[in-house]
Amino acid sequence: MSAHEQFADDLALYALGSLEGVERQTLETHLQNCASCRRELELLRGDTSLLALTTAGPKPPARSRQRLMSAIANEPRLPAVVATRTPERRSWWPMLGWLPNLGWIAAAAVVLVCIGLLRQNSNLRQSVAWLQAQFTDQGAKLDQTTQIVATLLDPEATKIELVAVGNKPQPRGKAIYQRRNRNLIFFASNLPSLPAEKIYELWLFPANGGAPIAAGLFKPDARGGATIVNPPLPQGVAAKNFVVTLEPESGSHESPRGTPVIVGIGE
Amino acid sequence: MKIGVPSAAPNAITSDLALVTAIRSGDQSAMAALYDRYSSIVNAVALRVLQDTGAAEDVLQDIFMQLWRNPGAFDASRGNMPAWLAVIARHRAIDALRRRRPENDIADVIVSVEPDFASDADRSRAMEKVRGALNTMPPPQKSALEMAYFEGLTHSEIAEKTGEPLGTIKTRIRTGLLSLRKVLAA
Repeated sequence: MSAHEQFADDLALYALGSLEGVERQTLETHLQNCASCRRELELLRGDTSLLALTTAGPKPPARSRQRLMSAIANEPRLPAVVATRTPERRSWWPMLGWLPNLGWIAAAAVVLVCIGLLRQNSNLRQSVAWLQAQFTDQGAKLDQTTQIVATLLDPEATKIELVAVGNKPQPRGKAIYQRRNRNLIFFASNLPSLPAEKIYELWLFPANGGAPIAAGLFKPDARGGATIVNPPLPQGVAAKNFVVTLEPESGSHESPRGTPVIVGIGE
Repeated sequence: MKIGVPSAAPNAITSDLALVTAIRSGDQSAMAALYDRYSSIVNAVALRVLQDTGAAEDVLQDIFMQLWRNPGAFDASRGNMPAWLAVIARHRAIDALRRRRPENDIADVIVSVEPDFASDADRSRAMEKVRGALNTMPPPQKSALEMAYFEGLTHSEIAEKTGEPLGTIKTRIRTGLLSLRKVLAA
């Protein structure tokens, strides 16, 4: 067990990578100077590996093995250095007999250094290749995301909502919210034109029953459409619902004062 | 820390350490043998975290390629091979889940598992005991452990998800881990 009981719970979380914030910083500072807590941490990490080892699943597919073997065949290892003996020299002055070998020793040292540098170079090239692949992959994803967002936000893009034949289009909204990254995309359509000195405001109603959170003011376009992308929101709030209200032109911000126009009905 | 050797009969089955030594000299068949021995463990952990066979396969490839490039990353004095690979698989899978660059180099992962497993059969028996301990845990405790380990959630995220106080989550996780250790020591 840890010599410092006050850190016992945090050590377990740290071993799992689940400790964060000030508690993490405090523990890391303590660990620098506490060997017994470092030992306990190592044991706790061993305990977490038991969790990993309890998993059971299917064998990886055969193609995975083939893929690996092909990949390693394309990355042959540098040949191992083979030690060679120089011919034994006869000398009338044995004390100096090894001096001519200095050249060989120096050459061998240079070879070893070169091999070390080659390996280091190889590792660096692999790191660069990995980073380049990541960069390319991220770049492609970014391009795709940028195009999607640009299409969504383009005021000239054609936006047409389809409804059942004969039905009069009703005001609608769709909120897509990702709590972990605070990402929110909201689309509205068929909203009535705004009265003078009024504006629409989107609200996030937290799942914990807390006060509604303002998620953006907006004015619809001529067809009653509007889009909000990633308004500033506090971190980690789970959403119970979203509501759009009609508010004074400056917005209400603290809590909705106006009348609800469209209300979330959940998934 | 004892060296993890997965065979009770070292002459019959090549030890992990011997395989790693052969890999150091570029022996591809040794790499294949190590893959055959432990790819199921790595794949199972990655699949448990990612819930996606393709993504798990990528993690599997990544880990064994890194081992091929840098076999010296496995230091037998710092952990046995299956536990070490399982922990690396979990790290890599969580990184993939959160779409972030790997936070740890495989050479930085230290795993201390006691007792060490002398054979595959020993490991299987030990894991049965650990699974048994997990299954007899109160469900909220097991759930907290699994959310932290396999979903990579922080303690505050678990508290929010479960509606439990932070202190309760912390204690559940620690006592859960200690109970796993105790069941192996028994």
